[in-house]
Amino acid sequence: MGKIISLAHGDGGELSHRLIKDVFVKIFGNNEESLFDASVVDIPGSLAAVTTDSFVIKPIFFPGGSIGKLAVAGTVNDLAVSGAIPLYITCGFVIEEGFPISDLKKIAEDMAEEACKAGVKIVAGDTKVVERGSADGVYINTTGIGAYSRSFGNRLSFKEGDAVIVTGTIGDHGIAVLAARGDLGINVPVKSDCASLNKMLDKVYQNSEGVQIVRDPTRGGVATALVELAEDFSLDILIKEELLPVKDQVHGMCDLIGYDPLYLANEGKAILIVSADEKENILEILTCFPEGKDSVVIGEVTGTEKGRLLLETPLGSKRLLSRLAGTMLPRIC
Amino acid sequence: MLELLKQSSNPEICRPLAEAVKEKAKEYYRVHGRKPAFMEVCGSHTMALARSGVKQALLNEVNLISGPGCPVCVTDQKSIDAMIALAEGEGRIICTFGDMMRVPGSRYTLMSAKTAGKDIRVLYSPMEAIKIAEQHPDKEIVFLGVGFETTIPILSLLIGEADQRGLGNFSIWMATKLVEPILRYLLDQGETQIDGFLLPGHVSIVLGEGSYSYLADEYNISGVITGFEPAELLSGIYKLIDIAASPEAKILNDHKSIVTKQGNIVARKWMATYFTHCDEAWRGIGIIPKSGLDFKPGYERYNAKKRFNVRMEEPRKTKCRCGEVIRGLVSPNECSLFGKACKPLNPIGPCMVSAEGSCSAYYQYMRESI
Repeated sequence: MGKIISLAHGDGGELSHRLIKDVFVKIFGNNEESLFDASVVDIPGSLAAVTTDSFVIKPIFFPGGSIGKLAVAGTVNDLAVSGAIPLYITCGFVIEEGFPISDLKKIAEDMAEEACKAGVKIVAGDTKVVERGSADGVYINTTGIGAYSRSFGNRLSFKEGDAVIVTGTIGDHGIAVLAARGDLGINVPVKSDCASLNKMLDKVYQNSEGVQIVRDPTRGGVATALVELAEDFSLDILIKEELLPVKDQVHGMCDLIGYDPLYLANEGKAILIVSADEKENILEILTCFPEGKDSVVIGEVTGTEKGRLLLETPLGSKRLLSRLAGTMLPRIC
Repeated sequence: MLELLKQSSNPEICRPLAEAVKEKAKEYYRVHGRKPAFMEVCGSHTMALARSGVKQALLNEVNLISGPGCPVCVTDQKSIDAMIALAEGEGRIICTFGDMMRVPGSRYTLMSAKTAGKDIRVLYSPMEAIKIAEQHPDKEIVFLGVGFETTIPILSLLIGEADQRGLGNFSIWMATKLVEPILRYLLDQGETQIDGFLLPGHVSIVLGEGSYSYLADEYNISGVITGFEPAELLSGIYKLIDIAASPEAKILNDHKSIVTKQGNIVARKWMATYFTHCDEAWRGIGIIPKSGLDFKPGYERYNAKKRFNVRMEEPRKTKCRCGEVIRGLVSPNECSLFGKACKPLNPIGPCMVSAEGSCSAYYQYMRESI
């Protein structure tokens, strides 16, 4: 099969066959599905939730994860925060000519491991190879299918006093990836939080009726996710700066380069808006899981009219938070 | 140290401190019949004051005026246009700090030049530029040298490194500024009532506490070197009210854990090795004599201005009032473009772009503060 990907690995011939058989079928363990052009899957209940996401990240391997782990966890989380039970995943690879096959194997192994942890099956896949220079290493698209059982976001059920919970420290992924690029010239001991949250969230859904809505604060961070919730459901949300869980190292890096942890990406965190009387119960469940052990309340819904997000500073003054305006850029001093 | 920093934003410490500052300011009001007006020189202070809520908390008691300390904001429009034009040339890699990317030139930004295919790289550490120069011996690597005395020693290090490695393809486009000439200019002009300066924590690490004596000796105006955490800001303002009220001006160092009396002598020596004072154009002000740095004879091969023939055109005029904002004459919301035509995503002037810009701080943190 060779050591690197060549254009012939994508031409549908012998090398394509071997690549699929020796890497993907073998690692994903789906001998049965590989015999047919489409997989037939069983979905309990009558409704299916479907989501798709494409993953492009530099570097491909970073502390705490890889593009493979991300491609599974990201799609699993999109289903989980929507109230669905993730069941199946499909994956499409776009690979640059010259990409090491050993790296591709590692990526596939990460995907298989994360799928196993999340309890989802990888049921279909596709590989395309593009000429050297036409892509940056490897891109992955995953589509997730889940059984849809609960619906969230009932406009009428939100109430003043509903609590805003975040399931752990914020901005870890953003800083870990930035540091892994080596641009900072500083060794930052922060790992990406990349993780599937479906089992933890399912436990919450099964044991509490208090969940109003859940989101995963990926690109744009916690602030952008909350601004969207505030606008979509006309909620006035107040979060308190002193309650935000931020690792010292993340805080320090942000100070140094002028970034705000509220706008950094997370890949293993959820934001939950829950009814006030259920918040303690939900926190108790979340903190039982390793990926939710640092869950805290960071604020509350203060009204259901204006649709805006406010941050209270340690001095007690409040300021309006907006979506991230363009890319965050490192400052001069 | 980290514990100390955390304490500096602890509400239990900050809130009573804010109350104490308010009381102190009211006392000042009773004696002088007006609020004390202090200018924060540093762009990072502007941001920290707005972001922490200190500025909002003291809105009724202390008039905090943003000064000329945001490096991007004070860069002359002509210079910005030239930097963008520089990027248009073939065979060049332009290296810059992130703030410069979205600064609008008369026609477009470095960001749009990058999108159009020009090789422009945002660096986190300027030393990367040296690596890039080594990796691309066939290209000309130009670093955009924007900044005050905090940044200039790093530029000196770059030259030193390039010299040592014998790099013939590395140069810097100098647009650096110095703190003392601009403070003297503002005081000489007397356009704004300033009762004292919150002096920059970062720049002072290099310059040292002793470098501000001219403020007290020649202008009879006080200053406090201040840190960036909420409690540090409040402490600095409290002490500034205290000394501004006394007839004899003085300079106080309230950031002693980091700023020493003599500053960083080594860094200043490095600066003096490669650079000499030159007249420099400031946005909205014009040329201030000896307010910038240029290459010393013998190092001119690193001077991008000499190396490349960049056409300098007269900039297109807009209604942007950044020039007045950085002189402390108007506050951002007094500009007719603010928050309407000029927003962080489509800025007209540099003060809306930089993370340290007054307009950006005002837009992000104070626009609808309650």
